[in-house]
Amino acid sequence: MSNPLADMEKPDVIFAIGTNMTECHPVAATRLKKALRRGATMIVADPRRIPLAEIADIYLPLRVGTDVALLLGMAHVIEREGLCDRAFIEARTEDAEAFFEHVRQFTPEWAETICGVPAADIERAALLYGRAERGAIYYTLGITEHICGVDNVQSLCNLALMTGNIGREGTGINPMRGQNNIQGAGDAGGLPNNFPGFLPVTDPDNARRFSELYGREIEPVKGITKVRALELAAEGKLHAMIIAGENTLVSDPDRAHCQHALENLDHLVVIDIFLTETAELADVVLPASAWAETDGVFTNTERRIQRVRAAVPAQGQAKPEWWIVAQIGQRMGAPGFEWHSAQDVFDELCSVSPIYAGVDWEKAGTGKYHWPVPEQGHPGTPRLHEDEFPSPSGKGKFMRVGYRDPAEVVSEQFPVWLTTGRRLQHYHTRTMTGRAGMHFFVPQEVLEVHPDDVARWGLTDGGKCRMVGSRGAVELRVEATDRSPRGTVFCSFSFGDVPVNVLTGAGYDPVTETAELKVCPVRLEPV
Amino acid sequence: MNQPIQTPAPSTLAAVMEMDGQEVSFTPGETIYEVSQRMGRQVPTLCYDDRLDPFGGCRLCVVEVEGLRNPVASCTTKATPGMKVHTKTPTLERHRKTLLELVVSENPKATIDPLRGSASQELVQLRTRYGVTGERFAGHHSGQSRTDDANPFILRDYDQCISCYRCVRVCAEQEGDYAISVRGRGFETKITTEFDGLLQDSACTFCGQCVQTCPTGALADRKAMRAQADPEPIAATRSVCPYCGVGCSVDLLSKGDKLVGIRPARDGGANLGALCVKGQFAFDFVQHEDRLRTPLVRGDDGTLRPASWDEALDRAAAGFAKALHDHGRHSTYAIASGRAPHESAYAIQKLIRATSGTNYVDNCSRA
Ligand code: SF4
Ligand code: FES
Repeated sequence: MSNPLADMEKPDVIFAIGTNMTECHPVAATRLKKALRRGATMIVADPRRIPLAEIADIYLPLRVGTDVALLLGMAHVIEREGLCDRAFIEARTEDAEAFFEHVRQFTPEWAETICGVPAADIERAALLYGRAERGAIYYTLGITEHICGVDNVQSLCNLALMTGNIGREGTGINPMRGQNNIQGAGDAGGLPNNFPGFLPVTDPDNARRFSELYGREIEPVKGITKVRALELAAEGKLHAMIIAGENTLVSDPDRAHCQHALENLDHLVVIDIFLTETAELADVVLPASAWAETDGVFTNTERRIQRVRAAVPAQGQAKPEWWIVAQIGQRMGAPGFEWHSAQDVFDELCSVSPIYAGVDWEKAGTGKYHWPVPEQGHPGTPRLHEDEFPSPSGKGKFMRVGYRDPAEVVSEQFPVWLTTGRRLQHYHTRTMTGRAGMHFFVPQEVLEVHPDDVARWGLTDGGKCRMVGSRGAVELRVEATDRSPRGTVFCSFSFGDVPVNVLTGAGYDPVTETAELKVCPVRLEPV
Repeated sequence: MNQPIQTPAPSTLAAVMEMDGQEVSFTPGETIYEVSQRMGRQVPTLCYDDRLDPFGGCRLCVVEVEGLRNPVASCTTKATPGMKVHTKTPTLERHRKTLLELVVSENPKATIDPLRGSASQELVQLRTRYGVTGERFAGHHSGQSRTDDANPFILRDYDQCISCYRCVRVCAEQEGDYAISVRGRGFETKITTEFDGLLQDSACTFCGQCVQTCPTGALADRKAMRAQADPEPIAATRSVCPYCGVGCSVDLLSKGDKLVGIRPARDGGANLGALCVKGQFAFDFVQHEDRLRTPLVRGDDGTLRPASWDEALDRAAAGFAKALHDHGRHSTYAIASGRAPHESAYAIQKLIRATSGTNYVDNCSRA
């Protein structure tokens, strides 16, 4: 997030797109509701009539995967109506004129033909956001899990840059991170393109520095993403893999491919707290100590660095993950794995990462620092981009993005859009929530289908249906609900007996290789 | 050029009042109760929660203001310049005791297990402080426990309810859900949900905020209460919720080696005392019987069997060394966890970089 969570109570116009916040980030949603109570107005764009849509002032029910078209239409209106923040554009951005030229082609009427939202509503939303004193954008995986995820994000950035809604209190571009420490995994260097602290691996100076630090020549070449790695594994070109705390087999797209890839490895090591479906494929399974048993650091979606602490001893012989990995490193003869505590590891991270240079274990314990904290004594940075953007020129660059169809579109054979997501009471593949009494609320997965579609496809409310896609099929119960629009159905990927990811996986964003988990054409059959 | 004369805005004028004979300055807008807190006075409250709009329901917090005939509720009355306030006179204390007698007459239990909730001891402590037994007005009773609501998370023991409306207000003002409502008045008052039904049929999301603000334990954490009989003392350890990226601060409650409950941290930067149903109630996985308790290695028969750490770690390391030896540096890969702490991801990226010299590492953010 560019802005801290506390800022969520401060915008006067909220634009929430592709985020089912009341279910996926519930406590953040309570802060938005406070802004609404204070009189803020909210625009919600989502294919599904999610709870947030119910409390929106303007609800934009766009077709799945058409965010770029909607956002181009909004940008068009903002430009046409002269709602741009000229001073901001002049001082802080580049390529504005070319961008304005670009958006003049994309009228709301054009956008309506693609995204299905009435042009008049696109106008209203654009005027509202365009006129906001403090306009804030919130999004999650509904924006990024598309083949055009990067284009989607850039479209949102364009809106914020046009209107100067960034770098100030109560504004910003605010992606909400899905998992507790997904931010931290990136911060700590778990990325193929960046060393810890988001230092590009292709910069020879960085490569030299880390080669020295780690005692081995590291090539200044980008590694490959997990998506590519699984492809190589499937082709027999990757031989050993270690997976920490991820149930890849159930959470990733195209399950059959994923299973083949993992089985094709000569050597698979899995570190986890349960024997997950993924761990069952491993050659070696190493038991990790769980949350509440482990000391360490998490960084949340607002880049706030916080300590987690052990309250109870680990179960059985389970060990902290850093210890397990260090043991493997030592046994492979690598230097630099002689840590004695989580603190040793974290302090080493701080010493190599410029954005953590001003924190350490003790400061993390206060929970008060938002990175970047570039040096000792620095108070941290709750709000990004107040003075400049992280580009070579320090300016925000307008990007001319265009609309592309999803990787697969509905057809006669697969006439229904499936979109996937999460539910409030469950988390991911339920390795945790499935063992914590949450079945009281949601004992099984259901497919949310509009009542008209239930009739149209010959299904029954509460009955079973078979959902067929080009890569496979799953069976699950049907719930008739107008949360789903006509022509689009929804289910979560949380339940092992409804492995919906056997269906997904048609395509990936070309830049980030993020899977298009939000769009998948299917057919529904009664059983 | 002459500067215009600056007249200070009224809010910057020194605002001074007197509390128990002591001069004290205050910020305009501050209530008498807030000033008394800063002054370390122990004005009793029951319906007060500093996150909520002032309510003025219980009247325990009354103070005397010189020039006013009747005491005023300090939690709803703003401090004004020159005001002279007394927070603890014999009359006030007698008045407070009487009010408490009345309140307590509705509340049979003299002890409430602290596992019920963060604020559950407030009434019990005031009882002790004022020596109130509850016998004076015995007989009256408002609220009836919903023994039929068998949800495993929130106990609705309305026998303990004193109608302070904190649950109703926290649900509306903090959670924005408006799931709890009030019916009737006086001794007939009862706290309920829309249509008087079960919580799971209402707008309730089981975030637990009502449980944590209830000053009597009438709304209580059933999960934590499972450990009421365990003899060990309750320990609280500050940590962060393991679920979504909001990063709510929590206190982990344990008794001995057992994790017994979760409590939201009021001073947590991300959540300011709020949690959702997952953070509040979904912790049983930690000590679940399905946990992996020993390393496993795949045996010659193709199945996983328990192994010692030494054997498993040697196997793990050997497999990577062999891949690198046989197939070169682009043959190994690591996926870092988005759930484990930083130290895990840091260690695993270092492992790949330091043993293969490549950047063949990623985390689970792409799916
Ligand atoms: S309590 Fe709920 S909102 Fe807070 S971090 Fe946990 S899952 Fe997220
Ligand atoms: S605390 Fe002031 S009236 Fe209840």
